[in-house]
Amino acid sequence: MKPAPFDYVRPGSLDDALAALSGDPGAKVLAGGQSLVPLLSMRLAAPSTLVDINGLPGLDSVEVTDDGVRVGALARHADVLAHDEAARVQPLLRLALSHVAHATIRNRGTTVGSIVHADAAAEMPVVLRLLGGSVDVAGPGGARTVPADELYVGPLESSLAHDEIATSAFFPALAPGARVAFAEIARRHGDYALVGAAALVDGDTVRVGFVSVNDVPTVVDLTGVATEDLGDAALAQLDPTDDIHATAAYRAQLVRVLTARVVREATTDE
Amino acid sequence: MTTKLMGTGVQRVEDQRLLRGHGRYADDVAVDASTLHCAVLRSPHAHARIVDIDVADVLDVDGVHAVWTYDDLTGPMAEPLPLLIPHPALTHGRTQYALAKDEVNYVGEAIAFVVADDRYVAEDAVGRIRVSYDLLPPVVGIEAARAADRLVHDDVPGNVGARMEQSTGDVEAALAASPRRLTLDLDVERSACMPLEGRGTVARWDPDIDRLQVWSSTQTATGVRAVVAVKLGLDLRQVDVITPDVGGGFGVKINHPWPEELLVPLAARTLGRTVKFTEDRREHFISSAHERGQVQHIEVGFDDDGRLLALDVMFWHDHGAYSPYGLIVPIITSTQLLGPYKPEVYRVVFESLYTNTVMVTPYRGAGRPQGCYAMERAMDAIAAELGKDRTEVRAANFIQPDEFPFEQGLVFQDGRELTYDSGDYPASLEKIKALIGWDDFPAYRAEMAAQGRRVGIGLACYVEGTGVGPYEGAHVHVETSGKVKVATGLTTQGQGHATVFAQLVADELGCRFEDVEVVTGDTRRMPYAVGTFASRAAVMSGSAIHLAARKAKQKALKIAAEALEASPDDLQIVDGVVSVKGSPGSAIDLGTVAVLSNPLRYAFDEASKAATQFTVGDASKPPVAEDEEPGLEGTDFYSPERSTFASGMHAVIVETDPLTAEITVLKYAVVHDCGKLINPTIVEGQIHGGVAQGVGGALYERMVYDESGQLLNASFMDFLMPYVTEVPDGIDIDHLETPSPLNPLGIKGAGEAGVIPSAAVFASAIEDAEGLTSTGLAITAMPISPSDLFHLRLAHAEETS
Ligand SMILES: Cc1cc2nc3c(=O)[nH]c(=O)nc-3n(C[C@H](O)[C@H](O)[C@H](O)COP(=O)(O)OP(=O)(O)OC[C@H]3O[C@@H](n4cnc5c(N)ncnc54)[C@H](O)[C@@H]3O)c2cc1C
Repeated sequence: MKPAPFDYVRPGSLDDALAALSGDPGAKVLAGGQSLVPLLSMRLAAPSTLVDINGLPGLDSVEVTDDGVRVGALARHADVLAHDEAARVQPLLRLALSHVAHATIRNRGTTVGSIVHADAAAEMPVVLRLLGGSVDVAGPGGARTVPADELYVGPLESSLAHDEIATSAFFPALAPGARVAFAEIARRHGDYALVGAAALVDGDTVRVGFVSVNDVPTVVDLTGVATEDLGDAALAQLDPTDDIHATAAYRAQLVRVLTARVVREATTDE
Repeated sequence: MTTKLMGTGVQRVEDQRLLRGHGRYADDVAVDASTLHCAVLRSPHAHARIVDIDVADVLDVDGVHAVWTYDDLTGPMAEPLPLLIPHPALTHGRTQYALAKDEVNYVGEAIAFVVADDRYVAEDAVGRIRVSYDLLPPVVGIEAARAADRLVHDDVPGNVGARMEQSTGDVEAALAASPRRLTLDLDVERSACMPLEGRGTVARWDPDIDRLQVWSSTQTATGVRAVVAVKLGLDLRQVDVITPDVGGGFGVKINHPWPEELLVPLAARTLGRTVKFTEDRREHFISSAHERGQVQHIEVGFDDDGRLLALDVMFWHDHGAYSPYGLIVPIITSTQLLGPYKPEVYRVVFESLYTNTVMVTPYRGAGRPQGCYAMERAMDAIAAELGKDRTEVRAANFIQPDEFPFEQGLVFQDGRELTYDSGDYPASLEKIKALIGWDDFPAYRAEMAAQGRRVGIGLACYVEGTGVGPYEGAHVHVETSGKVKVATGLTTQGQGHATVFAQLVADELGCRFEDVEVVTGDTRRMPYAVGTFASRAAVMSGSAIHLAARKAKQKALKIAAEALEASPDDLQIVDGVVSVKGSPGSAIDLGTVAVLSNPLRYAFDEASKAATQFTVGDASKPPVAEDEEPGLEGTDFYSPERSTFASGMHAVIVETDPLTAEITVLKYAVVHDCGKLINPTIVEGQIHGGVAQGVGGALYERMVYDESGQLLNASFMDFLMPYVTEVPDGIDIDHLETPSPLNPLGIKGAGEAGVIPSAAVFASAIEDAEGLTSTGLAITAMPISPSDLFHLRLAHAEETS
């Protein structure tokens, strides 16, 4: 469980970081390391160079405006979770983040890192998609903004190019009158979810995002669906699979239960 | 007299050090840069013949000092590893080689060994070794082993390593004559000890003194010492084995020698350098040991009161690829299955089967959890069949307090009669019922049902043979400073031995508790010992230490009597001071007695002047009397004729979610009888840890092998050891103390008990929550996950519709 040899650079500016990436096709960004380091240690990944972005200035902020919350690439899950203003403007952030791993991992792991790591079992990619957020990306050709719906192209695969760095993620504020809810079931406290569900109910529109169901972060529109049909309507657009912790049939059951639960929570005052 | 420390919850002396990070584990030994590190090439295949191993690419890797395969081993190192516990029924015992010879039999089996400047380089080098294999069809799981259309070892027909039968009478006739009969088919999956510190060995050869020092994270320092000496062709005198702090053992570290436990010393000797191996987590999953996996078939005959008239058990034990630890686990299952009960006739037959998976050696409980599960599932089934309360059926079968010593008519794991020494099972049952609120449960269930919630209650009873022989020893040495140095040879993995053993010494010798320092598992200090397993440390070393302290005390009294011109009978030792009872002015402290015990020619400090030739002694007698030795010391050994039997009962209330099938523990209660308690706080800690591990084994942990023999969940991400958040946040404990007549302190072992009834008690409670009736949903396989329970519900609904 020791990584294969790699070079390590810790650039002090975004330009240097981008240069280090573009000069080396085997280079990889290192942020909080909570996903990447285990992959290195198990030799499931063997990048030639780690470009550590923790020395880049100005990326660790959580900025809150009436429009939404902008999370810098070096803001840790714990920073976002603890941010009262962020929670006020977009309550789903705190609801979801409290299910991300454990405190020690949240202290290092970055929310942006989680989003670009594109794990369908992670909470924040689904949250970003459900809320219609976006990611700001810097690359050799300049900066661009990638809407969440264009971010996820395959299992553990984002549409970022190898030589791009995500500088921040933007989560839109909750619209007046809109409501959100989050629920998940994991085998143990803090584990990746067997199934997680996040609901956004805005007027008549009902949308639910699912964690650990499809192989990419997936959001389903359930507008107009009768309460008792919510789960099956969601399942019609989902494809739960077996793994060593749960069968597809059990996951489907959890989709039914959790869909009903989050939609109820986001529509009624109980 | 000062108050006795025996029975009081003295705070652990170990905790300051361990909790502040000052523990010193194998990996903390020899941390200087000159130490070499190892990595092992392990088989990626479950079953294959090795055609060729090409290490050419490795030799020029910078920083690599040695690359060994089987062909590099000679003499005893080239022989198979020892079969530690031979048994006549183990007709086909097989052990692996330190490095695989021609064939590999599980994913993880060691093939090549690399020594390098650091572990990174060693792993890089391992990655460059090329092995070509001829793949063989793997045997995975008990079903495949029984089918035997593929063999693990060519020369083991049917994959059967052993078949063993014991019976107390004509079970077939007894079954036929029983008014009622039931059959159960049960399954228990694999789990593993999973100590947070994996295996680890450091070795240093000192050419100046021709001596090898080995530090190993082991449960038996003397065992490792003996085998290292034999395998390396050294005299026993040339090998020291020191057990540093051990970050958990739970059984896996009693098996020895591990390949690395020999290869590291060999490398140290060959290369003349200090060499270290620290196992990583993935290695621990695939190359240490697992336990538990069994399939059981039970036929039981009983009367209308639920009394057991005939019990006929057949089980198949998954032994993995090899059987170095013999038949201990299945023998324990087959004998301890009986628990506190006395069926009129019992027969048990087991087959120990080879599979192409990690080998099986004892894990805390060591076969008892499976036996308890079989017996208690049967008890629950009988109760459901008769429509009786589960506690009533159990009570109908208890051995009664006036029936001890009670002979079960079987032979136990130590080759001795299975004779229970003492116990009071009806009293335990009353206590556990009160503790969990058994009689009030129907009302609670109704109250919860009214809120749409499903709860169930379960109970399980066990008896545990603890403190098996052959012996342990102790050395108690009072130094001239008055400090008392105690050594016993078995090892410590965090149990608190330094605390409880010091309590025993303080009580017996009369010294201050703070003056006692205990060393365990260091062959330089106590070369005769067995090891830490079978809940035996308190019983075995505790008794030996008690006896050794008594000897030291007798000697101290004799010397002090002379110095104080009093009769030894008139003396007392309190807080390290020997005084004449009733005349406190006439006193001498133990340190001074120690000075006097060793007549000197040369003084080296103020105190020692008192022992020189012109100062003390009767000039007409030899300075050291005949039959005496210099020094205030006591050495003694304790060797009981047989095991002592602890017992207990667990009860749990669980909630099962009607929709998600999640299982939540609402209340957990334990009644525990380990004879006389030395330290109730430590016993409770052992119970807490056992229950936590038991929750893991019952609800979370399993080893998921695919049919090619790959372990799919070989990491803490997917092997679900419970976190503190999964363990019940309160465990109600009540003690019962039925002293053992077999040792001077009346104690029984307590280390493993907490884990024994878990599968049984959770199966009972979950089944109850789901509606316990003879036609209800039956739980026949453990562990059980929410996904499993969900499918069980579906299957049951289908059956009954
Ligand atoms: C025990 C454990 C439990 C966990 N449980 C959960 C859980 O329940 N839910 C959950 O969501 N997560 C969980 N995680 C993962 C955790 O949230 C990670 O922190 C997160 O997935 C990645 O963030 P990071 O900053 O650590 O990224 P890193 O590990 O540093 O990087 C991850 C990947 O993203 C890339 N990357 C990172 N930042 C950038 C960037 N700014 N621009 C471009 N590429 C970038 C890296 O190159 C790498 O490929 C868990 C982790 C552990 C160790």
